[in-house]
Amino acid sequence: MNSSEMISASFTLVLPEVFLSVGAMALLMLGVFRGDRATRLVSWLAVFLLFVAGVAVLQGPELRTLAFGGSFVVDPFGQFVKILMLIGVALCLIMSMNFIREEKFERFEFPVLIVLASLGMSMMISANDLISLYMGVELQSLSLYVLAAFNRDSLRSSEAGMKYFVLGALSSGLLLYGCSLIYGFTGTTNFDVLRETLIPGGLSIGLIFGLVFLLAGLAFKVSAVPFHMWTPDVYEGAPTPITALFSAAPKIAAMALLVRVLIWPFTDVALSAVPEWRQIIVALAMLSMVLGAFAAIGQSNIKRLMAYSSIGHMGFVLLGLAAGTQEGVRGVLVYLTIYLVMTVGVFACILSMRRREGMVEDIEELAGLSRNHPLMAFALMVLMFSLAGIPPLAGFFAKFYVLVAAVHEGLYTLAIVGVLASVVSAYYYLRIVKIMYFDEPAEPFLSPIGGEIRLILGASSLFLLFYVVFAFPLLGVTDLVARSLF
Amino acid sequence: MLYKLIVLLPVIGALIGGLLGRWIGHRGAEIITSSLLVLSAILSCVAFYQVAIAGQGPEEAITFFRWFDVGAFEADWALRIDTLTVVMMVVVTGVSSLVHIYSIGYMSHDPHRARFFSYLSLFTFAMLALVTADNLLQMFFGWEGVGLASYLLIGFWYKKPSANAAAIKAFLVNRVGDFGFAIGIMAIFFVFDAVDFDTIFAKAPELAGTNFLFLGQSVDVLTTICLLLFVGAMGKSAQIFLHTWLPDAMEGPTPVSALIHAATMVTAGVFLVCRMSYLFEYAPDALYVVTLVGAVTAFFAASVALVQNDIKRVIAYSTCSQLGYMFFAAGLGAYDAAMFHLFTHAFFKALLFLCAGSVIHGMSDEQDMRNMGGLFKYLPWTGMLMIIGTLSITGVGIPHTLIGFSGFVSKDAIIEGAYAVGTPIGGFAFWIGLIAAAMTAFYSWRLIFMTFFGRPRAPIDIMSHVHESPATMMIPLLVLAFGAIFAGIALQSLFIGSASEGFWGDALLVLGSTGHEVVEAAEQGAHDLPNWVVLGPFVVMLLGLTWAAYWYLKRPDIPERIAANRGLLYLFLLNKWYFDEIYDFLFVRPAKRLGRFLWKRGDGWLIDGFGPDGVAALVLGTTRRAIKLQTGYIYHYAFAMLIGVAAAATYLYVKAVGAL
Repeated sequence: MNSSEMISASFTLVLPEVFLSVGAMALLMLGVFRGDRATRLVSWLAVFLLFVAGVAVLQGPELRTLAFGGSFVVDPFGQFVKILMLIGVALCLIMSMNFIREEKFERFEFPVLIVLASLGMSMMISANDLISLYMGVELQSLSLYVLAAFNRDSLRSSEAGMKYFVLGALSSGLLLYGCSLIYGFTGTTNFDVLRETLIPGGLSIGLIFGLVFLLAGLAFKVSAVPFHMWTPDVYEGAPTPITALFSAAPKIAAMALLVRVLIWPFTDVALSAVPEWRQIIVALAMLSMVLGAFAAIGQSNIKRLMAYSSIGHMGFVLLGLAAGTQEGVRGVLVYLTIYLVMTVGVFACILSMRRREGMVEDIEELAGLSRNHPLMAFALMVLMFSLAGIPPLAGFFAKFYVLVAAVHEGLYTLAIVGVLASVVSAYYYLRIVKIMYFDEPAEPFLSPIGGEIRLILGASSLFLLFYVVFAFPLLGVTDLVARSLF
Repeated sequence: MLYKLIVLLPVIGALIGGLLGRWIGHRGAEIITSSLLVLSAILSCVAFYQVAIAGQGPEEAITFFRWFDVGAFEADWALRIDTLTVVMMVVVTGVSSLVHIYSIGYMSHDPHRARFFSYLSLFTFAMLALVTADNLLQMFFGWEGVGLASYLLIGFWYKKPSANAAAIKAFLVNRVGDFGFAIGIMAIFFVFDAVDFDTIFAKAPELAGTNFLFLGQSVDVLTTICLLLFVGAMGKSAQIFLHTWLPDAMEGPTPVSALIHAATMVTAGVFLVCRMSYLFEYAPDALYVVTLVGAVTAFFAASVALVQNDIKRVIAYSTCSQLGYMFFAAGLGAYDAAMFHLFTHAFFKALLFLCAGSVIHGMSDEQDMRNMGGLFKYLPWTGMLMIIGTLSITGVGIPHTLIGFSGFVSKDAIIEGAYAVGTPIGGFAFWIGLIAAAMTAFYSWRLIFMTFFGRPRAPIDIMSHVHESPATMMIPLLVLAFGAIFAGIALQSLFIGSASEGFWGDALLVLGSTGHEVVEAAEQGAHDLPNWVVLGPFVVMLLGLTWAAYWYLKRPDIPERIAANRGLLYLFLLNKWYFDEIYDFLFVRPAKRLGRFLWKRGDGWLIDGFGPDGVAALVLGTTRRAIKLQTGYIYHYAFAMLIGVAAAATYLYVKAVGAL
């Protein structure tokens, strides 16, 4: 095969990314020529673009295939996560359309930036090389920095963007330093080569340092404690649909990247020795679960509360990763799927908290929701019970699979901490239910809440409520997908 | 079928009255429960005739269904029909039906009559279950059932704090006795491998004199078991030490006192001892204790009754004292005399209580005798009937013959029998019985004189309202009065006289020579019972009567002066030998202190403090600290990240170097 053939073969593999990048530029042109009036059109075209990209992902090869000299990988694992990510992005985009109009910052760059961010995430998910990894992370991050500060007339939004940018830059620095150490001690940036050179002798001290820095950079993206500090401030300050996006898609993409980096090159599956990185992941998981549970109790702003909630949930996902087995990875995938549904559902609710004077974000505003909007209250109750992990809702099974995986690997302390943290976190989820059902009603929200949002809310709560129906297909798929990494 | 109906009719009434009371109304509940009980009483009389007189009782127990079948532990729901059972049946259903009818009048102003009648019928059912039991487990069911009904009825006026306290007290004190009873049943199962009477009675002779380990001591099997059962009997029959609940139980409506706390439930203990005569006869030491406790109770309760001022409390202590008579009779082996006294006592004591109820009803709920007096001309019928009851309880009759009121026939038989037994304990019981008889006469006549004679002490407005009770209340009184007069003469030969052997059949077992046989012989002239023994009870009765008449009719200033002086003996008796105070000091207050300690320190401080409250406080504290971490300053955030990196790198470095 000559080089041009190789490149054209590679292009067929990166078709989804090609669609996204070319489409984003086309949408940008459309926006430039038509102005802000075209925002809604651009948004729907972006959704369509994401859909096409999703179709293209599904057309990809069934076996693990490398492209561009091994720096880009297409495998079932990546495909599954990409679909999740695209769904998350598309839903957030749909939910944002009315919002940006109401809040008066309807500009065509908004959907374009979201598409670019998803291109970055797609790159992250498929990265098989430290360079492509960095490229994806940066593309995603830069788009998101801008999105966080998108409502530039709002002080809080600008502050959020600024904080996110500065701390993101620091984490990128850590990440790059880690990459350079790894390259310095192995002479390669490619994951496959790393996998072959590293396994036999274990890790040298230099490499361990490199790994720590790399992990720190990625932990920032999944907002694992103690690299989480930006999360509450940015979640609170950013426009709500962007917060929804933050808590759904980038978390999924970054977590997938973390899984790939740790499992593929740095885990000795055959020798079944305990990998060096496990201690770090265990510590991150524990801290995240505990802090997510405790700090959320004291919050009165629902977006801030969801920030801590997502920190806690990422802790649980890391718990599955800490197991480092196929079962653990399957748990991670199931967890991410259910987490996506729960997060999107909750943010659909938050986006419905509209009054004549504007959006409200205080938990107390939900008082008596059961009497003003009984269906919404019921859906939110299902979501909260699921987030709290109460059977037979989906959230329970999500936790169950990762806990089982951890216990099979002998991580008893971690599992017990997880269960206890889950008990503590149940408090603030149930508090919301209590406020909705037992407190004196506050002023009702404006209705009707947008049709798309109602649809999303209803669909997500139904999925969580009747998860048992979907459980077996989902388990089957994730099992196959997880196998592709081992 | 007959026997099943007797037992089941009351429970049907209770269910209808209790569950459907709202729909059928008070009148409906009254009529249904009362008529079902009257029917049950009539059937009981038929059963009594069939079993005890015609001797055509069922050969075997009548089984409803199997209740327990676990390993060797088997128990049926079954009816054991013998003379002992049918005697109790007649007493229970008879008095109960009369009390039902009486209550229609007595409770006519109460807004919860349906509930009241339901409870009464429920009680009757439980009592019947107790007396018809074929095994100890079923008996225990009835035993607890009557305890429950008693609790519900004492506390019937639940808005009255004193009634609630009395109900709880009755329940708790009975619990002490029931505990003994329960352990006794367990011991029986442990020893006999069975709880049904036939097996136990058949095996008892083999086990006489054998020992087993109990609380680490080697003790006589049957004595231990019998004493444990007797503890249960003491609780239910309000014998000394476990008697404190009975006077307080008078807080309940008066018909309840008549039915439960005079005629039926409190006699369950006597019934138990008689039913278990097959065991007690092989445990002479236990019988000794029964006699002693019975005699002491007879004396103690009579002495307290001397000075009480509440009309119902006097009769309550009188009940206690009469139960003492029954127990010492049973303890001396005269089970038949005990049962006979139980039978006659049911009539005259229920009569006395219901008359007292009539007085209270007429006096607008006044119970203190010091506020009565001179009521005879206002309540002539009640007065007459109550005097009949008093003549019966004090034992008026012609010595050396069998002609007299019921109480005369049965009580004198017990007292004379005690003398005739000839043992030291028999002699002791005899003298106690004699003294108690004198006191009985005194307090009973004192009650009559203070209530019906002398000058009226009630305020004018109450006296102007005094009225005779309606017919529904008087007719039951007449029936009971009839029994109080004639039951003794009519049934003496059956219960304790010449025909008694055929009458009782196998229901009772008597091994040694017993008093009543001696008495019987004496009456037929074969034996010499000293003349003074036969005359004794009569003479002391006259003594008590005269004394009471002198003090309360002729010189009412004397008792008033004694009461005003508050002498030591007077206070001792007025305060019921200070039993309540001693128990309060010994048990109630330490228990409360312990409870308080466990509540405040154990639960509140230790469990809540380190459990729920402590954890909650810990969570809140942690939350506050976790929130404080979030300062909002970028350099703090960056610092946290760098610390994280440094910590992880250091940890892995140390680990890697250590591994090298």
